[in-house]
Amino acid sequence: MSEAPAVPLPASAESVRPGSLDLLVVPPSARTGWRLLPARVAALCAVELQKLRHDRTELYTRAIQPALWLLIFGETFTRIHAIPTGGIPYIDYLAPGIIAQSAMFIAIFYGIMIIWERDAGILTKLLVTPTPRSALITGKAFAAGVKALIQAVVVVVIAALLGVAMTWNPLRLLGVAVAVVLGSAFFSCLSMTIAGIVLTRDRLMGIGQAITMPLFFGSNALYPVAVMPGWLQAVSLVNPLSYQVDALRGLLLGTPAHLPLDYGVLTVAAALGVWSASSLLGRLAR
Amino acid sequence: MRRRGGTRPESAGQDRLGPGPESAGQAEPGPGPESAGQAEPGPDTPVRGDGPADAVSCAGLVYAFGETTAVDGLDLAVRDGEVFGLLGPNGAGKTTALRCITTLLPVPAGRVSVFGHDATRERMAVRRLLGYVPQQLSADSGLTGRENVTLFARVFDVSRRERAARVAQALDAVGLGDVADRLAKTYSGGMVRRLELAQALVSAPRLLILDEPTIGLDPIARTSVWEHINAVRAATGMTVLVTTHYMDEADQYCDRVALMHRGRVRALGTPRELRDGLAARRGNSGEGEPPTLEDVFRDVAGSGLDDRSGDFSDVRSTRRTASRVG
Repeated sequence: MSEAPAVPLPASAESVRPGSLDLLVVPPSARTGWRLLPARVAALCAVELQKLRHDRTELYTRAIQPALWLLIFGETFTRIHAIPTGGIPYIDYLAPGIIAQSAMFIAIFYGIMIIWERDAGILTKLLVTPTPRSALITGKAFAAGVKALIQAVVVVVIAALLGVAMTWNPLRLLGVAVAVVLGSAFFSCLSMTIAGIVLTRDRLMGIGQAITMPLFFGSNALYPVAVMPGWLQAVSLVNPLSYQVDALRGLLLGTPAHLPLDYGVLTVAAALGVWSASSLLGRLAR
Repeated sequence: MRRRGGTRPESAGQDRLGPGPESAGQAEPGPGPESAGQAEPGPDTPVRGDGPADAVSCAGLVYAFGETTAVDGLDLAVRDGEVFGLLGPNGAGKTTALRCITTLLPVPAGRVSVFGHDATRERMAVRRLLGYVPQQLSADSGLTGRENVTLFARVFDVSRRERAARVAQALDAVGLGDVADRLAKTYSGGMVRRLELAQALVSAPRLLILDEPTIGLDPIARTSVWEHINAVRAATGMTVLVTTHYMDEADQYCDRVALMHRGRVRALGTPRELRDGLAARRGNSGEGEPPTLEDVFRDVAGSGLDDRSGDFSDVRSTRRTASRVG
């Protein structure tokens, strides 16, 4: 790598004769004002979709875990009737929780991805373009949401095969999609925020694993909040996952839910997440 | 084009990197780094002019990572339209300086401006003027060549009408038109570098910043990357600011170079001026090989090519780049 050129460099530059470059002389005119952010977000979302299209293996392998949760954990616990579900079979009760959980598990590793992109120079280069930090973060959050949506479809199909009676009302399914995307946006931003604080993959791995467990078990994904000890109920109260599960359960199963509150909490959490992750993103470039 | 024919010495057998301590002692006992009266303009070349003519102007730039002062009072003026080389061993502060110029790092002390725009207060304006190719191979391997370039067209607001044509021109300019729809992970190291060049060119930057563009490439790929840089530069008239520690490349391709060591510019001028200056100081123009730019560097840095050059993380990231290049 460090050796000098073994042969004299070819004497003529004539081998490089680019075609017409007329367009590359004129700088594009800059978008300004409110249209800048949506345009950037759209560009970055498009890239994430292209990447997904080129490599779908992650989508397939990621579908295995939620399927196993439903098949093994769900089928077993539905027999022992240990958890008060308000009269519905436990596997029905579980399915929305698994959608939310699998979405969170994908999202929580986005911090690692962004550190990887930093190390690879991809992020660095984007940070030198006239792109607001928040657009970069929103693009990632959107990608997390899309992956989670695809998983949600898998879970819904498997659950249907297992005999779970869920809604097919398109409006409700749209609501499910929105809740899934908002939840993923929050958890991916949480992860990217931590990435902006700890700055290295190793530390983030440890923290990511340390927080996913309490987020998951400190929510109503597996059991109702009412059966938790008081202190855990307090955790659940500030855990966006609980609100996401509440909305999903209400929409998919028709159980009593607090939809306005759920969507309110998810929207605010996602917005806060985007804000905090984008304010810390610059640290990754140093 | 911008080739200085015959006089370019083929410094083939030399220890090129020179940052290692073992290569330090051999420097000729020439005038030390502090010696006055060098032929070339000293490091304190005036930079005050926020003259709109200067593509980049740094004045008194200082940047420290904790205890380590990476850039220690850097003064620099890159003129509009030139190919300017920032040279020095690992750890000289080149990359840190570039990161201040590209707005990635704040400017804690001193002043940095790009075409008159302050790099801290007018970041967006500065970024609009820049094309930046970092040291790492930074194309997204999960995207095709065309998608990689299209992303940069979009984040620079190339209108949808013009996008496809502009992206195609950028890819053609670096000779990747035929493989544009292959995933970047199938490209060789030299092709990835050229792809990155296309990404930087698609927004018609006035200033192209290249951080070690040929690091880890084989000689043929290095030549190819430089020829594409030169061809595009000739066609567009953009300013190029490049860092490298390959002195032979700087000698061949740069209009002017600044030799950087321990965070400061130690010598500045055209490669010929620097070489002739050293020859005159040595007074040995009669016998032996004429001095190379590398000799000039050893002379300027004195025996200071010490342990400080090339800290661990620097070397590690260089190695990582090299291993990705394959």
